[in-house]
Amino acid sequence: MMMALLRRLGQTVFVLFGISALVFLVFFATPGADPTARIAGRNASPQTMEKVRQEYGFNRPLPVQYATMMKKLFITQDLASYVDRGELVVPEIARAAPVTVSLVCGAAIIWVVLSITMGTVAAAMKGTWIDRGLMMLGLVGISMPVFWLGQVTNLITQSRYHDTWLFSWVPGLGYVPLTENPWGWFKALVIPWVVLAIMFIGIYSRVLRADLVALSGEDFMRTARAKGLSPTRVLLRHGLRTSMITFVSLFGLDFAQLVGGGALLTEVVFGLPGVGRLTYQALTNLDLPLIMATVMYSAVFVVLANAVVDILYLFLDPRVRDAR
Amino acid sequence: MPADTPRSNPTSSAPLLVVQDLCVSFPSRGRMIPIVEHVSFTLGERDILGLVGESGSGKSVTAMALMGLIDSPGVQITGSALFRGQELVGLPQKQLRRLRGREIAMIFQDPMTAFTPVYTIGWQIDEQIRAHERLSRKQARARTVSLLAEMGVPDPARTADRYPHQLSGGLRQRAMIAMALSCNPSLLIADEPTTALDVTVQAQILELIRSLRSTYGSSVLLITHDMGVVAETCDTTLVLYSGRVAETGPTEALFAHPGHPYTAALLASIPPLDGPRPHRLPAIAGAPPAPLERPAGCAFAPRCTYVHASCLPAPPPPLVPTGSDTMIVQRTVTDTSSLESVDPTDQTRPCTTTHNTLTEQSFSETTISRPTQLSACVLPAEGTPLPPGLKNTVPAPGEAVTTTQILSPPTSSASGGPQL
Repeated sequence: MMMALLRRLGQTVFVLFGISALVFLVFFATPGADPTARIAGRNASPQTMEKVRQEYGFNRPLPVQYATMMKKLFITQDLASYVDRGELVVPEIARAAPVTVSLVCGAAIIWVVLSITMGTVAAAMKGTWIDRGLMMLGLVGISMPVFWLGQVTNLITQSRYHDTWLFSWVPGLGYVPLTENPWGWFKALVIPWVVLAIMFIGIYSRVLRADLVALSGEDFMRTARAKGLSPTRVLLRHGLRTSMITFVSLFGLDFAQLVGGGALLTEVVFGLPGVGRLTYQALTNLDLPLIMATVMYSAVFVVLANAVVDILYLFLDPRVRDAR
Repeated sequence: MPADTPRSNPTSSAPLLVVQDLCVSFPSRGRMIPIVEHVSFTLGERDILGLVGESGSGKSVTAMALMGLIDSPGVQITGSALFRGQELVGLPQKQLRRLRGREIAMIFQDPMTAFTPVYTIGWQIDEQIRAHERLSRKQARARTVSLLAEMGVPDPARTADRYPHQLSGGLRQRAMIAMALSCNPSLLIADEPTTALDVTVQAQILELIRSLRSTYGSSVLLITHDMGVVAETCDTTLVLYSGRVAETGPTEALFAHPGHPYTAALLASIPPLDGPRPHRLPAIAGAPPAPLERPAGCAFAPRCTYVHASCLPAPPPPLVPTGSDTMIVQRTVTDTSSLESVDPTDQTRPCTTTHNTLTEQSFSETTISRPTQLSACVLPAEGTPLPPGLKNTVPAPGEAVTTTQILSPPTSSASGGPQL
C-alpha cells in the first residue's frame, strides 16, 4: 500500500516534469520566434530586450533556459510579466486560485449530490415517467452552454427582475473573499455554482444511471437479491457502491480541469477573478511568463487530482489494491 | 403469517416443493416467447433433484422463477409452485424476500462474479444473516466464521476478511455455499455450482452439497448440464429439453434405462470409461431449437432418430409413466393441471415424453423394469444399430459419414458417467 503510494508520487513528479518541458519548448523554443521580444512586449526598447535576454538566459543553451525558467517559477518565484509592467506572476496566481477553488468546490458539491440523487432515483424507477423526466432534464442541462446560461441568469437576476423580492438579494458581479465576509461570499457564488454545476449534473446523472442499469444485470446484484435484501439496499449498498468506482474517476478528471482553469467561461461571465480568467487574459496579451505559470499551475492540479483519484481507487476498489 | 411456516415441524409426508405446470414466457417484439413450458416436479424433504438440460433449455429460468428473481418487464409466469404449501408464483415481492435467503437459498454458477467485488466475503455473509435475523455484527460474524469452517475453508476467520478476488474459485464457491446456508434454508437451489470450477474442486463441492442433507437437512435442486454430476449426486433427475420436461425419474432407473431418445442420446455421448472405445463418440446432430422456432409437437423431433409421424403435430406429447407401474398418465392440454388415466395398453399413444416411475424409496432399493407398452419412439433393444442421427458430428476426411453406431448399453456402470 505504502509502496503503491510512493510509486504514484514518483509518477506524478515525472509527469509534471514532462508537461513543464513541453510547455517551455512550445512557448520559448519555437524556432524562428524570439521569446525575448515576446516577453518584453511590443515596442520594447533595446535596453529592455537586453535585460530580458540576460535574465532568462536566452543567449545560453536550452537546458539552461529551462532551468532558469523553472527556478524563477518555483524557487525564487520572481517571474514577472513584462506586458503587465512587471507584475509578479506567482502571487497573481495565488490570488486567483482561491476564487476558482471556491467556485469549483461549491459547484462540485452541488453536482455530486444532485447527480447521485437523480441517477439513483432514475435507475430505481427505470422505465417510468420519473426516469424519463429526470433523464430529459439531464439532457437539457448538458445542452445549455454555460456562457449562455450564465448570461441569461445575469439578465434575470441582475437587471430585469433584480428589484423583485425573489432576486433582490443577489449581489453585483464579482467575488467576495470567504475570510472577509462568509455570507457575502456565499451570496456572490451561489448562482455561479448552480450555473457551472448544471451541465455536470446532466452528464453525471446520466452516466450513473447507465452504470447502475448495467450493473443490475450483474451476477452479484442477482446474488444480493437472492439473499433476500430489500431493493433499496441492493441498489445502494451493492449497486451504487460499485458504481462509485466509475463515478470517482470521472469526477477526479473534471474537478481537476475545472480547478486548473477550465471554469473560464463561468468566471468571465460572472466577473470572478479566477485562474481561468487569468489564463484567458494571458493568452490574449500573449503574456508568456503568465501563460507558462498558469499552464504549470493547471497541470499540477490535473496531475495531483489524478493521483488523488488513484489513491481513492485503492480505497474504493480492493481489486486495484492487490494489482499493484 | 404464511411466510413463517414453522421450520421445526414440517408436515413430514408432504413434499417440500411441488411445481405444477410452471410456464415462463418473456415478451419480445409484441409476442410472448415461452421459455419454460409446463414443467412439473416434486421435491421431497432432504431430496436432491437434478435438473438437467442443455444451455437454453430453461433450467436457470425455472430456478429464477421459483425464487421470484425474474423481474424483466412483461414476463408471464403461470402454473403453481407450492413451497411448504405456500404458493410462490405470484407471491408479492415483499413476502418472497422473506423466503429468499432464509427458506430458499441459491448458489450461483460462477463464484467469480457472484460476490460483490468491493466487500469482503465475511461482510457479505454477515449481511445475509443480519437481513433475516436480529443478530449483532459480532454474532453474525461468529456464525459466518463457523459456517466457513464447516464448509472446509481453511483459516475461516482470516478468509472472512478477504475480498472475493483474493480467493480461489473453489474457496469462493465454498463461501457461496456458506452464505446460502447461513440462515439454514430448507431448500437450496444450486445453479450449475460446479461449472466454473476445475474437476478436483468440482468433486469436493459436490461432496459438500451431498453432505448438506445430512448435516443441514436441506433439500437441493441441482441444476446442471453435466450428466456425470447428476449420476453422482441426485436422487431424482428431470431432463429438460427446450423448456419442456423430456423425462423424469429416479436417477438410477433413468440412467439405466433412458426412456426418451434425448436422454439416451445424452447418455450415449458420455465417453465410456471402460469397455471397448467407440470409434467415434456419438453426438446429437443439430442444435436445440430457439424458443420461437420450437416445434409444435415434440421439441426433440427434428433431431430425433426415432421420430415418427405422431410426434410432429401439436400439442407436444404428454408425459407417460413407464417402469413397473405401467399406468400411463396423460396430461390433457385443455386442463393442464389435471392428470387423467389412460388405458395402459394403448399402443397408439405417442410417447415421446416418458416418465419413469417415481418411487418413494431411495433409488438403490428400486428396481424398475422396462416398460412394455411404449409406442414408436422408445429406444430399440440394446445392441440394435442406431439409425442415422446419433452419428458423428465431424466425419474424418475421406471417410463417409458413419451411419450406424452401436449405442453402448446404458448399464449401471455407465450411469456413473465420468467419475469426477
